Amino acid sequence: MTLLETRALTRRFAGITAVDAVDFTLDRGEVRALIGPNGAGKTTLTSLLIGRLAPDAGSVHFGGRDVTRLPAHARVRLGMAYTFQITSVFADLPVSENVALAARRAGRGAHVDETLDRVGLPGRGDTLARDLSYGHQRLLEIAMGLVQAPALLILDEPTQGLAEAEIAGFRTLVREIVPDTTVLLIEHNMAVVMALADRVTVMDRGRVLAEGTPDAIRADAAVQAAYLGTDRC
Amino acid sequence: MRWGLHLGVVAGLLSLNWVLGAYAQGNVARIMVLATYAMGYNVAFGYTGLLSLGHAMFFAAGMYGLGIPMYHFGLPAEAAFVVALGCGAGLGLGVALLALRTIGVGFMIVTLMFAQATYLCILYFAGWTRGDEGFVLPQSARTLFGLPLSDPDIRYLAAWALFSVTLCLTLWLATRPFGRVLVAIRENEDRAALLGYRTWARKVAAVTLSATISAAAGAGYALLFGNTGSTFATVQYSILPLLWVLLGGAGTVIGPLIGTAFMFYLIDWASDVTTAYMALAGAVLVALTLFAPGGIAGWIRSRLWRGLP
Repeated sequence: MTLLETRALTRRFAGITAVDAVDFTLDRGEVRALIGPNGAGKTTLTSLLIGRLAPDAGSVHFGGRDVTRLPAHARVRLGMAYTFQITSVFADLPVSENVALAARRAGRGAHVDETLDRVGLPGRGDTLARDLSYGHQRLLEIAMGLVQAPALLILDEPTQGLAEAEIAGFRTLVREIVPDTTVLLIEHNMAVVMALADRVTVMDRGRVLAEGTPDAIRADAAVQAAYLGTDRC
Repeated sequence: MRWGLHLGVVAGLLSLNWVLGAYAQGNVARIMVLATYAMGYNVAFGYTGLLSLGHAMFFAAGMYGLGIPMYHFGLPAEAAFVVALGCGAGLGLGVALLALRTIGVGFMIVTLMFAQATYLCILYFAGWTRGDEGFVLPQSARTLFGLPLSDPDIRYLAAWALFSVTLCLTLWLATRPFGRVLVAIRENEDRAALLGYRTWARKVAAVTLSATISAAAGAGYALLFGNTGSTFATVQYSILPLLWVLLGGAGTVIGPLIGTAFMFYLIDWASDVTTAYMALAGAVLVALTLFAPGGIAGWIRSRLWRGLP
């Protein structure tokens, strides 16, 4: 069953079409990876999905409802959650308060400590977020998304800056939350993509270049040329 | 612990009524009313991160919202106080709806302009406001529930009541989820919106509340000290609460009182030392800003007590 769908979604910046008439469909309960070279339009596409940016054309449908004109906070209330590529936590607030702010709005205030344990930050609740290491701030970002128990969790490069052990923990975590939560994962780490994703969407220059299972994508010649063959992965 | 400290301050200020001499009693009453104004300012600036340069218009809205109905229509003080709160809330809501379309420097300039417009209106409608000189509320009218506010003890206790109610309100607010979300907006508005909070509506609410408290302080000032005047609508009275809050500790409940009292006595002391008292006061302020950028209560929070609300 479809959870999210875009139709001819387009966004331009000063003459560059960052997202070019993208038709994108996400099924309930799947883990989808979104990959592509830098500048392919991945973050722009997810910003259009969550409502941080308004599209120039096209539409976004979430849970059968047209949300194209809804602002970001309204889409979050419908069950979307988003973690930032560039860590964007409340630096001067304690870790637990960061998670509590996310939890309370979703009516899940009782789940703060449990979520910190799950992402691997047990006992760190009283630390100021700015005093966490970069990797731990990434984990806090994930906790803030997770605690909302969203229908759709959009993770923008979640494993960037994480240690190997933390990446393994992250993989376990994602496996635990599906199928209740649908996951859209922007990821450069191909090992994570191959291990987690049910399907992979490849973007290049604002368009969807290919879509399929991890194995099919690995075998796709066009993808090889655009992305996998380069030294970026 | 939190309530203990703040209720202790409230109790201490109450007991001072029977300890202080007449001169100091008058000063502390004035400080408590002005600290109420600072606490109102702190809701917008300290907690929500909205730097307004025009709060004098809300102080003046309360002052004239109370003064005009009492002076021209003979309304009793209790009813006029309610009118003053309504004026502050209404002006606050109107300004918030317009000024919050801008952010940062734009917000500062727009609030400054609205305050200037308010000031000019006070001068323009001199028939109602008596312009520059303002008017003096007759002593006979300055009673609250039958008690004469020209009596020093009653005036002190009325100032204390206004201050204490506001302090408890802001403390309650700061520890409630609503107050925590205001802090989240101050820290990172984009993030707060992406957690599902409707940040714009909350900023409008914060400015309206801030304006209403500021108006309560303006009304209290007119009622307790008997005079109104356009001076209270000048830009100086928009800058003062900013200074008080910065000195005392922005985003702390107790900071506005500390800052207001500190600056009051700093100027008091400096004018004993030299006629160039503002230069001396300025030097102390610069030093304090350098060594305690979070203000006095901010310093306490960072060094001694992290949980200070």
